[in-house]
Amino acid sequence: MSPRSWPTRTLRAGAVAAAALLTLTACGDGGGEGGDAASFPEDDISMIVPFSAGGPTDTVTRLIAEPMGEALEVQVLVENVEGAGGTVGGAEAAQADPDGYTVLMHHIGMSTAPTLYEDLAYDPQTDFKTVGLVTEVPMTIIARKDFEATDAKDLITYLKENADSVNLAHAGVGSASNLCGLLLQDALGVTFNEVPYDGTGPAMTELVGGQVDLMCDQTTNTSSQIKDGSVKAYAVTTPERVESLSDLPTAQESGLDLEVSVWHGLYVPAETPDDVVAKLTEALQAALKDQTVIDEMAKLGTAPVAEDQATPEAHSAKLKEQTELWAGILPAGG
Amino acid sequence: MDLFDNLILGLTTAFQLKNLLFCLLGVALGTAVGVLPGIGPTATVAMLLPITFGFDEPVTAIIMLAGIYYGAQYGGSTTAILINLPGESSSAVTALDGHQLARQGKAGTALAIAALSSFAAGTVATVAIAVAAPPLTAVALKFGQAELFSVVVLGLIVSIALASGSPLKALAMIVLGILLSTVGRDGFTNTARFTFGIPDLDAGFNFVSVAVGLFGVAEILRNLHDPQHSGRIVGAIKGLWPGREDLRRSVAPATRGTVLGSILGVLPGGGHVLASFGSYALEKKVSRNPKEFGHGAIAGVAGPEAANNAAAQTSFIPLLTLGLPANGVMAMIAGALILQGIALGPSVIQDEPELVWGLIASMWIGNFLLVLLNLPLIGMWVKMLQVPYWVLFPAIVVFACIGCYSIRGNIYEVLGIVVFGLIGYLLIRAGCEPVPLLLGFVLGPFLEEYLRRALIISRGDPMTFLTRPISATLLGLALVALVIAVLPTIRRKREVVFAEEE
Repeated sequence: MSPRSWPTRTLRAGAVAAAALLTLTACGDGGGEGGDAASFPEDDISMIVPFSAGGPTDTVTRLIAEPMGEALEVQVLVENVEGAGGTVGGAEAAQADPDGYTVLMHHIGMSTAPTLYEDLAYDPQTDFKTVGLVTEVPMTIIARKDFEATDAKDLITYLKENADSVNLAHAGVGSASNLCGLLLQDALGVTFNEVPYDGTGPAMTELVGGQVDLMCDQTTNTSSQIKDGSVKAYAVTTPERVESLSDLPTAQESGLDLEVSVWHGLYVPAETPDDVVAKLTEALQAALKDQTVIDEMAKLGTAPVAEDQATPEAHSAKLKEQTELWAGILPAGG
Repeated sequence: MDLFDNLILGLTTAFQLKNLLFCLLGVALGTAVGVLPGIGPTATVAMLLPITFGFDEPVTAIIMLAGIYYGAQYGGSTTAILINLPGESSSAVTALDGHQLARQGKAGTALAIAALSSFAAGTVATVAIAVAAPPLTAVALKFGQAELFSVVVLGLIVSIALASGSPLKALAMIVLGILLSTVGRDGFTNTARFTFGIPDLDAGFNFVSVAVGLFGVAEILRNLHDPQHSGRIVGAIKGLWPGREDLRRSVAPATRGTVLGSILGVLPGGGHVLASFGSYALEKKVSRNPKEFGHGAIAGVAGPEAANNAAAQTSFIPLLTLGLPANGVMAMIAGALILQGIALGPSVIQDEPELVWGLIASMWIGNFLLVLLNLPLIGMWVKMLQVPYWVLFPAIVVFACIGCYSIRGNIYEVLGIVVFGLIGYLLIRAGCEPVPLLLGFVLGPFLEEYLRRALIISRGDPMTFLTRPISATLLGLALVALVIAVLPTIRRKREVVFAEEE
């Protein structure tokens, strides 16, 4: 059975109530709010994060939820619906009422899920409308602190020559660090011994302890270890250097054809009216100009995207391009 | 002296009125949510985490989160003792003897001993963190995948001693538990295992479904089968407070539990789970009266509760000294701190001394508040046991189902309660104990992951477990434990054989 057949969040509030009552509630919601774009929004908006509270994606979501709510003059409530690499929350958002009152925050995983999950309950490209990109979190190539290579160029030479003996850690299949690791091997034309962990925390612990050699992960996860020297950092994976880690070269300036970031974006169900989407996009753009958002994102080693990226068009282009890219690189799932 | 200055700094921070209030609020909220059947510390912290997102000072946020964590842990022990429903794996052990004590009318004693042992362990572990954080972290980092695998093997073998019945049945239950834990999507290959194409099984069985089913529903079914039990849960209540004798008999187990828990808590992964199971096994081994275990041994409450709380405390060590979370709860707390703009890592202790020492001091204060809050409540909890069984248990199961459903909104997890209830009932009828099954279920994923990862890193060479000295030592200990666990049975069998020959 697919997750579609299970009650959505509206119903969940009354988990013990009778089914008939629940149906009434759902109809009530639909009738009252549906489609009237001119008056949108009249009620609080719920923003689904398909990952756990306190994680990097949750952090970013909570940052923009408040200023978006101010722009729309309602509350934007963040809900964590975690599980199965973000596909549980994705499925829930896909079948929500298409009225703009349920918004999904998702990251790069939206473009990898169709390849990784054969039985995915939704199609990211056709079951959703894109609202706009939010942030692109840079990634860093790091190694245990006593790793032989001295700088990025040296690292590239070393990795090519000693690929067989390198243990590459990542945070599990489909995680950002897994994706970056795959691109890195692709760019170098080598294969490392991949060691999957259950999340970034344990992977980082092992890297700090010197049990594995190499990892590529988001600045949100690696900045503090880089700054205090418990791991050795070589390069960032963005086209430009990252302000908070300005002495790290980009992979490209070091001669490695590698560009990847963990992009985040907002989605609504596909049937949502365009003018409702436009209002959400406008609110997103306003939130990304908020000084608190800019400052807090800087602390996480990232920044809001430029305004021309926080649009449905730029976002759907990104989703399409990335879905094709990952379909070619990732092993198909079961 | 540095340590002294640091502790003073910590105490001044923690005793600020605002921090004190949020510590109390955290402890109270944590207890209130944690006492719901089937909801353990991890779920409680996840649910209450967003409260702290709006705080201006990070130290207040972390103090409150720590309070929620301890509160939830204690709340979980309360349900384990009163109604035999552990909210998290670590309190499954407390349920063993704690609930037996409750049935004997000594629920008050068990609750008080649990609170006092936790407090004593918390006090010692707080000092341990202040003194020994850096060296302990250095030791923890020496533990690679091979060592962690060996720790889990040792833990599983030692826990066979947990079972009061035959070691063979205990082993079978552990293996069954490990098998159940393999259901779900495999993180190494993204392959769905034993899910029969049901996407809702992708994340595997939920601990709450398994625990509530095996312990709660199975118990109800057994009582339906066997109507003489179906009155009240407990006999006459024999006093709310532990007597001098109970206290005296708790001191040594609590001390041993504290030491064991403090060490295991620092290890990543299953350390805190092993702490309470390990302590129970240890107490049973050293006891002059091992037969008493499983039938209301006070040492079986004092030891594991102390170990559990000490481990909860020392699991902050890797977070504070390296910025590395030791378990899921710590990962959530780390996330909240990053949001507060704290750069976690070795330098955090220099950069944010108020935060670190304030937290350490508030751990102790939090434990103290927990005792103050809970001791007066014991009378109320115990009264709950006088509600007739046929009213109380269905109500508990309904609450457990609601709790289970509200965490992830997955109906399969509620159905899981029913299925595991039936399995638990059949197992009890067959004379098998559910505790080793639960232990296998909890530690199975660690066992598998550590094994596979160690072998990936060694490129398939199994000698890695024997050539690494720490790992080899742990496996050696496991072998010794196995021999000790099996010997009495062999001896008994030989006696039986000899008896027949005569």
